[in-house]
Amino acid sequence: MGKTEVMEISRGIAEAIKACRPQVIASFPITPQTHIIEHLAQMVANGELDCEYIPSDSEFASASIVHGASAAGVRAYTASASQGLLLMTEVLWNMAGTRLPVVLTGANRALSAPISIQCDHQDTFSLRDSGVMQMYVEDAQESYDAHIQAYKLAEDPDVLLPIMVCVDGWSLTHAWEPIELLAQELVDKFLPPYHPVQYLTPDNPISYGTAYDDRALMEYRYIMQKAMDCAKSKAVKVADEFNEMFGRHHGGLIQEYRMDDAEIGILAMGSIIGTVKVAIDEMRAEGIKVGLVKVRFYRPFPADEIIKAVKDTRCIAVIDRNISLGAGGALAADVMAALYNFKNHPLVLGCLAGIGGREVTRNTVRNIVARAQKAIDTGKVEEMNEWVGLNPEIMED
Amino acid sequence: MAINAIDTIPKEELFVSGHTGCGGCGQAIATKLVLKATGKNVIVVTATGCLETFAGGYLISPWEVPWMHPLFENAAAVASGVEAALKTKHREDIKVVVLAGDGGTFDIGFGMLSGMIERRHNVLYVCMDNQAYVNTGYQRSGATMYGTATTTTPAGKISLGKVQPNKDVPAMMVANGADYVATASPSYPWDLIRKIKKAMEIKGPTYIQVHIPCPTAHVFPESKTIEIGRIAVETGLVPLYEIEKGKLTSSEKIKQKRPVEDYLKRLGWYKHLFASGDGAAVIKELQRVADENIAKFNL
Repeated sequence: MGKTEVMEISRGIAEAIKACRPQVIASFPITPQTHIIEHLAQMVANGELDCEYIPSDSEFASASIVHGASAAGVRAYTASASQGLLLMTEVLWNMAGTRLPVVLTGANRALSAPISIQCDHQDTFSLRDSGVMQMYVEDAQESYDAHIQAYKLAEDPDVLLPIMVCVDGWSLTHAWEPIELLAQELVDKFLPPYHPVQYLTPDNPISYGTAYDDRALMEYRYIMQKAMDCAKSKAVKVADEFNEMFGRHHGGLIQEYRMDDAEIGILAMGSIIGTVKVAIDEMRAEGIKVGLVKVRFYRPFPADEIIKAVKDTRCIAVIDRNISLGAGGALAADVMAALYNFKNHPLVLGCLAGIGGREVTRNTVRNIVARAQKAIDTGKVEEMNEWVGLNPEIMED
Repeated sequence: MAINAIDTIPKEELFVSGHTGCGGCGQAIATKLVLKATGKNVIVVTATGCLETFAGGYLISPWEVPWMHPLFENAAAVASGVEAALKTKHREDIKVVVLAGDGGTFDIGFGMLSGMIERRHNVLYVCMDNQAYVNTGYQRSGATMYGTATTTTPAGKISLGKVQPNKDVPAMMVANGADYVATASPSYPWDLIRKIKKAMEIKGPTYIQVHIPCPTAHVFPESKTIEIGRIAVETGLVPLYEIEKGKLTSSEKIKQKRPVEDYLKRLGWYKHLFASGDGAAVIKELQRVADENIAKFNL
């Protein structure tokens, strides 16, 4: 159907964005996002992508530029990572609050200090409450496909929220793998031109971004929450439609792997999914009943889907590549909250791993499964948040 | 027909009732005049501040033009995005206009304003300069003049108000490469309208700074807004001029120069300068600034 080429995933993402025909792109460089915006700039320079490409003066400006473009009624795109996403934060809340379906890529990277350019999910998790939907991808092809799905979901008139496709820095952004580039006419069919419900124009003047107070703000938030709820079924629908047209399915809100008779379930996100699957296959061969729930959407949070997937397990281990300092892994906290009112819920082991680029190997996964097995054997979880792969030597003195 | 006849001001009101500005609000008057000059074919972006607060209420919008309020610091960048979107829609007939306060322009939004000018977006940026963060209760900004008593630079036993001079943002906009830079005042409505209309015709980044007399913050009777604005200009403290492609092309001549005291003594936030002899040095410095303006802009 399409053309398959080995390419850097950042180029794959740029190809996906090009196929979505955005009219305005704003960029500001930050590692490891740069290759995406460079590829897009080259496409514009080559006359392959007809859009206004604006290299801005900061991530704050980039987010603001696409906010303005979207308010004026066109399809817009930006990308960032780490500190850049933090700098964008105020605008992203504003964008969600004004219900503008901008798509952005978050090239996952740790937050400073200490400064690091390596991958974890601290940056995108900091935007958890903003009203921006978040989708985490596993591999090269999903990095490409997810961006096309993202526009379709965000622009649905019943959703109208920005969405961030979270792509692990380096292990995804800079990896070279085969990617099937979809035929433009089919992408156009899947994702027709954007027709905004309302936008800034003198032909029909509206006031946008007005002040609310105690008479209406609570209802406004309620409506936003309803849009997030609605986005859950829509995300599943978009994934199904994509599958129907292109024959590929990366999961809806979640994706289960060997969960049918699993006693231990691992919940994970992003590029470590592949490693977890390999480790599961190995352990399955040894008779260990372990499975995986790939958490594809973090916001909206797929509570019901996770409950359904893990209800028959005895223990689930949630891998968090982030920490809410003073509490623990944020995904584990959400999972625990979802399960609390569910009768006979499994034990939940929060596992902090892969932070600051620390490698998550098959042995890391085995280590996590061993801890889950211990929780099952003793009938209790000793530590709410287990640090997996800590090196005690670093912490001496 | 007299040149300054009231008939020459466009009749159509695009900033109408519904706002909750203070009595005598200079910014409401200026906004009315700006939109009379721009006409309907605009998209207005307003930074957080007084204007957004008193004219951005849910269901009581006074705007007869498309209007957007994003955040405090990003009106210039949002306007850049709106302008880019209009280009892709081949609607370059529509002008994007920013209406922002001095806090959103001189301070928190300065970086993004500079970026907008440097990228040469076709945007008219109008800074409504009431010389302080008035919306939040008259705190000092980069636009606040030397010697002004604000709530964060109060006069006191050992203080005569703000110790630094204000930023010269119009000069910075010239250096930044703005095609057209002008200053204006609602007390000179024909001049203000002429300058806005001129900027509307330019396809490139333009900056107009409008002095806003504010009865609430500056402390004077709300019936005196226009008079205060005129006196400020006549002292030389608020020079009115135009700079096109970097060259001074016009300035509002002062017919009869007034001493700065004429302006300062009418404003409550300068009363400390007259309360004891200590204020004399501040007044002298402000007089020097006014004289320098008169020389520099050939007023």
